[in-house]
Amino acid sequence: MNPADPTGTGSARLEASGLTLGYADTDVVRELDLQVPHGKVTVVVGANACGKSTLLRGLARLLRPRSGAVLLDGEAIHRLPTKQVARTLGLLPQNPITPEGVTVADLVGRGRHPHHGPFGLLGRTRQEDEQAVAEALVLTDTLELADRMVDELSGGQRQRVWIAMALAQGTELLLLDEPTTYLDVAHQVEMLDLLAELNARRGTTIVMVLHDLNLSARYADHLVALLHGRIVAEGTPREVVTEEVVRTVFGLDNRVIDDPVSHTPLVVPVGRHTPVPAPASPVKETR
Amino acid sequence: MSLTLERRQAPTAPDAVEVVRRARRAPRLHHRRLVAGLVLALVGAFAVRVLLGDYTVTIPDFVRILGGEQIPGATYIVMESKLPRAVLAVLVGVAFGVGGAIFQTTLRNPLASPDIVGVSLGASAAAVSAIALAGWSGWSVSAAAVAGALGVALLVRAVAGDHGGFRLVLAGIGLAAAMQSVIQYVFTRVDEWDVQLVLRWLTGSVNGVAWAGIGLLAVALAVLLPATAWAARSLPVSELGDDAAAGLGVGRTRTELLMLLGVLLVAVGVAAAGPVAFVAFLSGPIARALNRGRTTLPAAGLVGAVIVLVGDHIGAYAVPDLNLPVGVVTGAFGAPFLLWLLARGPRHALRGRRAA
Repeated sequence: MNPADPTGTGSARLEASGLTLGYADTDVVRELDLQVPHGKVTVVVGANACGKSTLLRGLARLLRPRSGAVLLDGEAIHRLPTKQVARTLGLLPQNPITPEGVTVADLVGRGRHPHHGPFGLLGRTRQEDEQAVAEALVLTDTLELADRMVDELSGGQRQRVWIAMALAQGTELLLLDEPTTYLDVAHQVEMLDLLAELNARRGTTIVMVLHDLNLSARYADHLVALLHGRIVAEGTPREVVTEEVVRTVFGLDNRVIDDPVSHTPLVVPVGRHTPVPAPASPVKETR
Repeated sequence: MSLTLERRQAPTAPDAVEVVRRARRAPRLHHRRLVAGLVLALVGAFAVRVLLGDYTVTIPDFVRILGGEQIPGATYIVMESKLPRAVLAVLVGVAFGVGGAIFQTTLRNPLASPDIVGVSLGASAAAVSAIALAGWSGWSVSAAAVAGALGVALLVRAVAGDHGGFRLVLAGIGLAAAMQSVIQYVFTRVDEWDVQLVLRWLTGSVNGVAWAGIGLLAVALAVLLPATAWAARSLPVSELGDDAAAGLGVGRTRTELLMLLGVLLVAVGVAAAGPVAFVAFLSGPIARALNRGRTTLPAAGLVGAVIVLVGDHIGAYAVPDLNLPVGVVTGAFGAPFLLWLLARGPRHALRGRRAA
């Protein structure tokens, strides 16, 4: 079923061990242990400033650990040559910069950089590049945009192009920092469907930070909930998304029901001005 | 989902590869044509500079002079004035054009060019101090210029921190003013100086430079330009921002190496001809506009060479009996462009995100 992980044991290629990350004089992620299940979709959720983006940046070796380590195939990722890591592990940051005057095919082609030798392109590499770029464009349904300027595209199209760039990199692992930000709900679902297909068809291990808890519960195989830089719950969405965990992590009064479409947990927030109907809860709250 | 999956699995691969090949070829072809066109323009400007002017030299005469033949009058004018000026103009134009474009591209801000943020004037202040106060010459002047340029670059970065944009530009303009006063101070300390010499170190000039100085610059560029070509291969990736670049295996050290090469290019150019005003600032954006908005270092270098050649020709012959240094001419053309960039506002001109 899953070519990268035929036995389904989910052994980890990427893991964090006793990882502490921070900026200036504050620790943002504290002594965190995480094994990223291989060939699965892992989603990191948490309130604003809980350290989820920092954790992703740490896993992508953009931040040097204060202590502990990020291990790729058992080796400290910071000690591996960065270009070698880039052939195994891809990253789509939250706000990549679109250079002026760049076309879709050109931008996606830049994802091939880690596969180039120290003195640039040879004929064979160029063919491989074109093949990989074409595949990425077809997968993300952006082939017909190939010669368009990226800064002329709509937000949804542009995000698909950036994903295509990360796909062209051809890595087994892909980290994404809030890939659905700035997208409307239809484009969010389209984007996550695309990533789910990618995981199913190529067996790409995906780790992403998402804001929307319900979409996270729907698309994650493995869900990680962070609070103040520590993991408070980890496991399948059904194990993690409970009323108690959501209350702890987000400080939000809530009900969890069954998602009628995907049968994953669905969080329904209880606002201050919403009277809670009796059947959903035995205790009537009147805050 | 199954529907889209089937469609996506359809064996369209050869077609798709062809679409990609065509889409990727178009900008490459355009760039190649642009570089070829600029080389032609450069050859034309070079011929005009060397052959025309107050004293016209025919092409056969020019070839004979290069062959070592002595033609009364003509040999001296070509070998001691016109040719060295033209060759130096090309070399400093390339150095400033490429150096400026490196700054503007890595800092993502057209205003962050070395002649605006004080790096050129820092090189000039150090070079003129070395010559006038310490009596240095040759390689040691270039070394002083490099030290001055590096010093200003590091200082700007220390002041602006990790912020590009306005803070970097303002810090640079402040340091540029300080460097200018250093140069003026040096002139008050020497006994013998003339207007031409002052103008050289304040605004740049390709006039009256010996072949030895030109040879020095040529050797420096023969090392720096190939190194830049090698280091700049990661530029298309660095352009995507620090995080995306790091994800693609291009770390900050690569970008910093490129910046260092930019500083060196500007410094050796200044050591030979002074801080020719606004050439570094103008070349990158002009080359980019000609290349449909895309970054190009080779075209920036060629544009720089054409600007300095044409500027020197105008300076030499526009006003009768007055030999204006090239920096006065480029300064006159560059200032309106600077104002225009500033008037266009922060959205375009100042979207730099971090300092060097």
